[in-house]
Amino acid sequence: MAKQFVCKVCGYVHTGDQAPDVCPQCNQTNCFEEKKTKRFSTDSNVYTIIYATVLVVIVAVALAAVSQALSKRQQANALLDKQKQILVALNQDLDAVADPAALYKELCQDTIPCGETEAYVFNIEGATKYVLRLHGQGLWGGIGGYLALDEDKNTVFGVNFNHEGETPGLGAEITTAKFRDQFKGKHIKDASGAIRSIAVLKSGKAAEAGQEQVDAWAGATITSTGVSDMLAANLAEYAAFLNEGKACKHACGHDCENQEEKEVTDVE
Amino acid sequence: MLSKNTKEAFLNPLNLNNPVLVQILGICSALAVTVQLKPALVMGVSVTIIVALSNVVISLIRKSIPMRIRIIVQLVVVAALVTIVSEILKAFAYDVAMQLSVYIGLIITNCILMGRLEAFAMTNSPMESLMDGLGNGLGYAAILIIVAFFRELLGSGKLLGYQIIPESWYITNGGWYENCGMMLMPAMALILVGCVIWIHRSINEEKK
Repeated sequence: MAKQFVCKVCGYVHTGDQAPDVCPQCNQTNCFEEKKTKRFSTDSNVYTIIYATVLVVIVAVALAAVSQALSKRQQANALLDKQKQILVALNQDLDAVADPAALYKELCQDTIPCGETEAYVFNIEGATKYVLRLHGQGLWGGIGGYLALDEDKNTVFGVNFNHEGETPGLGAEITTAKFRDQFKGKHIKDASGAIRSIAVLKSGKAAEAGQEQVDAWAGATITSTGVSDMLAANLAEYAAFLNEGKACKHACGHDCENQEEKEVTDVE
Repeated sequence: MLSKNTKEAFLNPLNLNNPVLVQILGICSALAVTVQLKPALVMGVSVTIIVALSNVVISLIRKSIPMRIRIIVQLVVVAALVTIVSEILKAFAYDVAMQLSVYIGLIITNCILMGRLEAFAMTNSPMESLMDGLGNGLGYAAILIIVAFFRELLGSGKLLGYQIIPESWYITNGGWYENCGMMLMPAMALILVGCVIWIHRSINEEKK
């Protein structure tokens, strides 16, 4: 391939295998320099598209690999975290427990599927407790938690809340014992046995008749309302389970009752 | 050991060219995480690590990056790093990951990162970029900690979750003291950052 030589003085370009001794344009000697052609330009369209493609593929592979490699550990962590949260809802002092997973295994008796969610049956010092899963919406993101009920499916034994990103110092305070302890001993049903949930209200406001209430966290109105709505909505989801007299071992709610009714009608 | 340039790259952002105080970058996250000291500390450390890492990565590949899509390349690198760090935290430090929750995702949009990548890492060597990243991250963390210190102390009477102002001082317990609720509001973070900038400027004015 022919090389290109440029005259340093006048810019004359000579194409050939060797530089000429004298520049034909300005008559200077030894003034030629080989023009270095760049193998590629980082600004060309082809390079840009290939670069972007390669980068995205590398990043995608790296992310997928990391995600795959760590997913087991993450799932184990998430499960342990869930178990710890349920234990807190059951008023267990986690600081005094060396192995929360073992304690959970020891206390947990059964898991009852309940529509899209599930209820957990626990045995705390001989008494049966039911734990319900809660999920709702706070100010900035999701909030959730676990509600532990006594055997009567009415009296609150304990509760635990978590949140994705509520404001520290305000909404995030729903996770503190000070807020959670208010729920202990409250009733989720009224005298007639209808599910009324527990209202979270600013002090001074009164709940509807038949509904028990706790104080909202000052300065966290929307998060508090979120907790209130979450309790009402989730308890409604568990209505079938809560209205049953005794724990149904197969699945809570309609399935079980309807099956029994069906059997009865079949006999008739 | 360190050349003068490298040293300056590290020291400048700590004071004279502080990203928050002088360039007024990263203000949005400074509002969000400074109600308490603990999230501020965690956020400061996370941003420092991410800025340093992404600065090094971008600096290593700076000569190959096509100019027209450089911002996109920077963004992809930062987003990938943040996601990887987040995944690793979830696997090995679950509690910290939960503590950071949404903020770790917000690191991607922190203007300090893009600012440093574009202004420094694109034109400097990996070593200098590393020091620049560390310096900027720590400069940012320092401001977060100052603001969070005052907000948590005056707003909740606590530091790192421990009660500092005696319970008996509070009006509810028959005392005379009440927490400043204003401190918990995002607006107060801006006012405090403003005060810090004021002090910082007047000190540096004297130096001149």
